[in-house]
Amino acid sequence: MLGVFRHQANGARLIVSKFLGQGKGGCSVRRPFVHASPLSRGMADVAVVADKMNVRDALNSALDEELTRDPLVYVMGEEVGQYQGAYKITKGLLEKYGIERVRDTPITEMGFTGIGVGSAFYGLKPVVEFMSINFAMQAIDHVINSAAKMLYMSGGKISVPIVFRGPNGAAAGVGAQHSQCFAAWYGSCPGLKVLMPYDAEEARGLLKAAIRDPDPCIFLENELLYGVEYPMSAASKDKDFTLPIGQAKIMREGKDVTIVTFSRQVEIALKAADILAKDGISAEIINLRSIRPLDRPCINNSVRKTSRLVTLEEGWPQHGVGCEIIATICDESFFYLDAPPERICGADVPMPYAVNLEALAVPTMDDIIRIVKRCCHRGRAAA
Amino acid sequence: MAALSSLRVVVPQVDITRGASGAQGAHSAGAVGDKAFFGLRSGQRLGAEVGRVTLRGCGVAVPAGNVRATAAASKVVKEKAKSEKAQLLVTKEEGLELYEDMVLGRSFEDMCAQMYYRGKMFGFVHLYNGQEAVSTGFIKLLRKEDYVTSTYRDHVHALSKGVPARQVMAELFGKTTGCCRGQGGSMHMFSAEHGLLGGFAFIGEGIPVAVGAAFSSKYKREVLKDDKADTVSIAFFGDGTANNGQFFECLNMAQLWKLPVIFVVENNLWAIGMSHYRSTSDVEIWKKGPAFGMASAHVDGMDVLKVREVAKEAVARARRGDGPTLIECETYRFRGHSLADPDELRSPAEKAHYAARDPIVALKKYLLENELATEADLKSIEKKIDDVVEDAVEFADASPLPQRSQLLENVFADPKGFGIGPDGKYRCEDPGFTAGTAQV
Repeated sequence: MLGVFRHQANGARLIVSKFLGQGKGGCSVRRPFVHASPLSRGMADVAVVADKMNVRDALNSALDEELTRDPLVYVMGEEVGQYQGAYKITKGLLEKYGIERVRDTPITEMGFTGIGVGSAFYGLKPVVEFMSINFAMQAIDHVINSAAKMLYMSGGKISVPIVFRGPNGAAAGVGAQHSQCFAAWYGSCPGLKVLMPYDAEEARGLLKAAIRDPDPCIFLENELLYGVEYPMSAASKDKDFTLPIGQAKIMREGKDVTIVTFSRQVEIALKAADILAKDGISAEIINLRSIRPLDRPCINNSVRKTSRLVTLEEGWPQHGVGCEIIATICDESFFYLDAPPERICGADVPMPYAVNLEALAVPTMDDIIRIVKRCCHRGRAAA
Repeated sequence: MAALSSLRVVVPQVDITRGASGAQGAHSAGAVGDKAFFGLRSGQRLGAEVGRVTLRGCGVAVPAGNVRATAAASKVVKEKAKSEKAQLLVTKEEGLELYEDMVLGRSFEDMCAQMYYRGKMFGFVHLYNGQEAVSTGFIKLLRKEDYVTSTYRDHVHALSKGVPARQVMAELFGKTTGCCRGQGGSMHMFSAEHGLLGGFAFIGEGIPVAVGAAFSSKYKREVLKDDKADTVSIAFFGDGTANNGQFFECLNMAQLWKLPVIFVVENNLWAIGMSHYRSTSDVEIWKKGPAFGMASAHVDGMDVLKVREVAKEAVARARRGDGPTLIECETYRFRGHSLADPDELRSPAEKAHYAARDPIVALKKYLLENELATEADLKSIEKKIDDVVEDAVEFADASPLPQRSQLLENVFADPKGFGIGPDGKYRCEDPGFTAGTAQV
């Protein structure tokens, strides 16, 4: 039974799905009604780069430019086409690029991820969207075994220029199965590049870099930041704007303590730093941007300057990203430390649903302030 | 619009030793066609059409080796034909029970929508309006110890299975009196007491769990020699799930090991905004059963009595050890995928068509026309349900939020699971642990 799409070239675009019955006697299956897509109502438009953009539009513009630039790039995932994206990241793309390049898939993560990886072996550049990176657990075999390990297993012969992207980590009231942070799991895997942008400019630059990158990249976004607007620099409006993968950014200079974080916690850390400044603690905030490869020189140089380290993340504490950061400091800058390094993480529990418990399970500004003060005063108390 | 009140059934293989006059065992390819396994009488139906039971050229190619034809109509259903009263599909009590359950499901979901828009519930909330006939039709035939698994659209499955409305509402509000103490939420309803095994956010996840519950039942019977272990489990899931790998793996294993599980596909044609016809190569899901040698049926899921008839057969089959059944129910959700879904892609004509086939309205009509109940009876049920739902909301509102200490509870069944603390003792022994202030 074939689903045939008839896509009218001009005028109103009706996406009519018909199917051809088969078998003797005809299978009397329900005939679908004709559905007018929202595209015909002019509701979906690709985002335009502007002075202030929200993360959603920044990602949309990045996808749009990369799809234009390289015909080998295509987008695949659930609801990316007709529905304009479950979080509207891919809005307008179906209308602009057609169904061959913006593919709605059935709910088969393992299947379509594998298909994406296989197509990447032969030079295509898929951007596979997971409606939530949690769903990637159903496909993690292909992410790790087929994509990440392929270049190594093939002795350098077969590279996998694929990007997996989707919202990661805690959102608001979505329960245990939708709130896990995967930075640590993917970050431990050699062969995979793990990117976590914070603001709109980073989202745009890193996604473009990831799509152009010849290695498999996991792009972990944050659902709560999609709607937040940030200013965009003049350079970021260029259609060839990319940010280097593996380079962290120092968001705020300081001299008393280094706070290393990523994604949404950057914003909270910046606010905490303002409050700490009033108490005379000058915090340096590093936004990692890329979990793998980790910008070890940046972190180490900063800690050598400040002598104290606090890592901050929303994921679970055991084997988290903070552990690797502390390990790298101990390897290279141990004798520069004036106090034991501190970790601030999400609670060591599956994410609860109740509103108050959920708030307790994720680091807050108060937690940051308390821990930073403790880190800073330890040395002084001994002195 | 092709009418689908006919019932298509395939039972590719019947165990001859099981007594249903399968001794006729004629081995012939294609003999599977035109045999009525579910011998439904053309008794009164809710729809105008008489249900037809034969298979029609469905194009199923079943290898001869797998098929043993039988002409047996189910004994269970045949016996009913004897009595006068059995012209009707339900007794008055049963009819009212079904009505009450469906009205409870509908009212509860409507109240959920109201509460969501008032900010009392949050996150992802998926409502079941329109699909009540499936939940009621199946679950009301189960015992308390039978198992049910579901997807994120699980409120009504929980209610049908017997979880009190108060507990479900409190769970949705995230209160500590909820069925999962506020830790699960809308998509994760569990109740050990009522055999409700969830409530899963990932579609397809509930299917292996239901098969596992069925496995435990069979294990108890065969390995632990407990003759009374004949619990059945039902997995509810949608059309989108029928494309997922786990579904096929479970069909194979359930049939291979002849587990007492029923796979119920609530085919409402849409997976968020993805039409079933755009995502599925062969849209007739019930045909996937015979590929695994499994008994399979398609039924009008907007008609609770038809669903119930099919469910009776399937549950009976499972209980006596004949193995799993796959049942596709044609149904529809009146609301969007979730309360955050703008629901722009479904055509108004389609929605109107199914709104006209509202299962509650249809059952009401049946009960009144066949004089099984009066208007007054039904009104009093509706009033009672209104009170139940109001009470549930009040209860949930008045219930306390979880204590801070609850954050760290229930991670492990073994309380020492949090390991050893810095002072060398188990963390759970630290007095600060239960106040939620211990460092973990």
